Amino acid sequence: MSMREWITHLIKLLFPPQVLLPDIVGIDIGLTVGAIAIMVYLTVRHRWGWLWREWLTTVDHKKIGIMYLIAALVMLFRGGVDALMIRTQLIGPRAHFMGAQQYDEVFTTHGTVMIFFMAMPMVFALFNAAVPLMIGARDVAFPRLNAISFWIFAFGAILLNISFSIGGSPSAGWMSYPPYSELAYNPGVGENYFLLSLQVAGIGTIATGINFLVTVLRMRAPGMSLSKMPIFAWSALITSSLVLFAFPPLTVALGLTMLDRLFGASFFTVAHQGMPMMYVNLFWIFGHPEVYILIMPAFGIFSEVVPVFSRKALFGYEAMVGSLLAISFLSYGVWVHHFFEMGAGPGVNVFFGLSTMLIAIPTGVKMFNWLFTMWGGRIRLTVPMLWQLAFIPTFVVGGATGVMLAAVPADYQYHNSYFMIAHFHNVIVGGTVFGVLSGMYYWWPKMFGWKLNQRQATWAFAFFVAGFWVTFMPQYFLGLEGMTRRMATYPAGLGWTSLNWWSTMGSYLMAVGFLIMVYNIIWSRLHPDWDTTGDPWDGRTLEWSLPSPAPEYNFARIPHVRSRDEWWAMKREGRTDDVKISADSVQPIHVPRNSAMPIMLAAAFFVGSIGMVFSWFWMAILGGLGVVAALAYGSFADYSELTIDAAHVLKTEAAMGRVDS
Amino acid sequence: MASGRQRLMKGLGLAVVGLSIAGCGSDYVVLHPAGPVAQSELHLIVLSTVIVGVVILLVWVLWAYVLLRFRDIPGNQAPYLPNWRHHRVLEILVFALPVVALIAIGIPTVRKTYALDHVPSHHPLVIDVTSLDYKWVFEYPRQHIATVNYFYMPVGRPVLFQLTANSPLTAFWVPNLGGMEYAMPNRVLPLWLEATRHGVFLGRNSNFNGIDFWRMTFEAHAVSELDFHAWVHRIQVTKPPMTHRDWRRLLHRSVTAPAAFSGYPANTFPERATQFTVKGLHYIPTREP
Repeated sequence: MSMREWITHLIKLLFPPQVLLPDIVGIDIGLTVGAIAIMVYLTVRHRWGWLWREWLTTVDHKKIGIMYLIAALVMLFRGGVDALMIRTQLIGPRAHFMGAQQYDEVFTTHGTVMIFFMAMPMVFALFNAAVPLMIGARDVAFPRLNAISFWIFAFGAILLNISFSIGGSPSAGWMSYPPYSELAYNPGVGENYFLLSLQVAGIGTIATGINFLVTVLRMRAPGMSLSKMPIFAWSALITSSLVLFAFPPLTVALGLTMLDRLFGASFFTVAHQGMPMMYVNLFWIFGHPEVYILIMPAFGIFSEVVPVFSRKALFGYEAMVGSLLAISFLSYGVWVHHFFEMGAGPGVNVFFGLSTMLIAIPTGVKMFNWLFTMWGGRIRLTVPMLWQLAFIPTFVVGGATGVMLAAVPADYQYHNSYFMIAHFHNVIVGGTVFGVLSGMYYWWPKMFGWKLNQRQATWAFAFFVAGFWVTFMPQYFLGLEGMTRRMATYPAGLGWTSLNWWSTMGSYLMAVGFLIMVYNIIWSRLHPDWDTTGDPWDGRTLEWSLPSPAPEYNFARIPHVRSRDEWWAMKREGRTDDVKISADSVQPIHVPRNSAMPIMLAAAFFVGSIGMVFSWFWMAILGGLGVVAALAYGSFADYSELTIDAAHVLKTEAAMGRVDS
Repeated sequence: MASGRQRLMKGLGLAVVGLSIAGCGSDYVVLHPAGPVAQSELHLIVLSTVIVGVVILLVWVLWAYVLLRFRDIPGNQAPYLPNWRHHRVLEILVFALPVVALIAIGIPTVRKTYALDHVPSHHPLVIDVTSLDYKWVFEYPRQHIATVNYFYMPVGRPVLFQLTANSPLTAFWVPNLGGMEYAMPNRVLPLWLEATRHGVFLGRNSNFNGIDFWRMTFEAHAVSELDFHAWVHRIQVTKPPMTHRDWRRLLHRSVTAPAAFSGYPANTFPERATQFTVKGLHYIPTREP
């Protein structure tokens, strides 16, 4: 091939017809200009070293948590813009806001981004920010692996997000069912982006699962038995174990599809006796535990928020833990309820319908236990509590419609319709998103050292929740009117017009809520309300015994835990001086060293993935060698820890008034 | 056996259906069954809605009460119980309540799932359905006619649809007549439906399969037995048979107008699921990637 042909080929590959001109101009050029501007800024202000040392190579769980949070909020914006585009397209019949091809791409990225690149990192942000602090640990079990998880996730997210402006966006839906996702129906590189980005991000997720499993089991402060552990730490433990068993089937499903697409295998193709249903099974063996991976942390957050803002012990701790365990166990036995209509026969359908209904029992127990925790308490309407208070009446509707969907013959009528769309947004937005936002407002002062303005945050909350109800309640009725998901547009005369209009208005209200939230964060950063006490909410668990934000080593002295709500007990029993150190008792502290390996490893994965996406196998091999090199370097690298000497600890603690004289 | 309890349930169900029909127009296709399958599914929908509705209301009322009574405001006289962690009776109750609700929904679910799996006739009308990008082909093996994007069925006689696809996964749905079933390549799945009243019911593909997915609709015409035979006869005498060329044209990725044929080539529908692609009926793309 001559140079000329090669360049023509490259341009055609990178900018096929479905990559739209505004995206190329707006995004590609915008990103390039933005990146250059940031680089110039960093150079002029001499901030390169700071960025490298403090963030890019950090292994500190608190900083990794902040990076996860920023990434999650950016992805919430991206997924939210997708949602607004979808709703705008559906505002009325025969709308031409965008073409069907673009619509298909937008709903695909909406689902993929929201589940894998918004909800998951948001959950991990809060795990990182809170779990080690609340169990009295100096860091997670494997700090460098934690950084690897983050960077692999981040590059996976970048991979998916560049697709729509370079090479083409995936358009087979977030579940990406074959054979539609196969080469015969879905040529181009979009689907490859989907497969590779999830595959790469999935490695990071599994690593996080291992990390928090070990952290919670092995790193707890002395005296903190499992039965004295905060429920959020329990939820981290259980979520991690779910991740560990749920993600491998996804890895297999994505891997086999990749073999089909890149190397001509026929695991799921129409031709050569492929079995698309095998993918569907594998996907949902992952997919159903996945929704519990998303909701368990929210349950954990609410179990922290409710007692604190009701000034009361959690009602039925044992039942709360037991129901988390029950849900995690049951979650592996329900996946067929995503396809009752694929001819498994009545016996199988009944089994999976009933097992699905069983999940309502532990979930119902949790709902009532939160209500009983508030009963006899003193409820303070702070922002984290507002999100919790919105969660209960919202989530009960989502859970109830979940039971309705589990009634097999009824599901024959709901399946793939807007009723089902309304249900899962009802539980994922009303449960997970309300939950992680509650957690974000709750732990924000601990993460950053300053509080978010309560009045603005309340407005954001009001718009978002009102918008949620206006958006999703009409969708239940659209389902009963026979509207199915993923329709690029619809004709007039079916009665769908006005409900769709309302649903779209609701999504705009949610968008306003999000904008206020962003304004709230920026405004509060510019007018900081410093949290000088470290305990702005009158908290109950150990993270509130620390200054905000916690010092690099978290605890100058590891506390000895005696009761379930240890910090609350300390405050009631006048033992708060227990957390202070004295000049003669202070010890030097070992902390892990920064490492450049995680970001290098992730970058190698990224290069290799790009190679796979475009079938440039020399590049894939190069990336693979990079991965091997980074791992080898990591294995032989110097593991000696950094020692923070006693004098420095004493100075730091004294500056925060935490030294006994 | 219609026991008193069943009659009560039926009455309750009818009342709710009546209310929803009064409140919602005939656009609510799922709430306007035109046959026994949709009717049976609607009963379960109504029953489960009523039961979960009670639970939802209970939670809402409790929520509102707690929120009003236990606010942290000066002068609140409500008891403050900072260490109240357990109450055996309450804990058993909150466990029992969902159990009872689930038994009430679970039993009819099991019964109906098995009941709907039986075609209530030894001689159903058989229609072989093949979903293609983006059209539906209906073949009547006994009458030996074929239609595209519409079909006729006699009122009062169960119809057995045998579903397959020579395209990505699709799902066959006529909400007025009953729930969905997937049409998949390399497999044939059964679905029976029956119309008990005359009418033209809109059906559609409910599973995303590409750019013109939303246009992949069809019409189910429910007519009297007599009219049905007249229609079959009319097709047999007035329409040309489907040629291989016609079939290949249908395989192209496109949206087509309704059509009818007096006859169709063999091998367009699999005799056994596994024979499908072996007979050379691969998908033929029209556009170059």
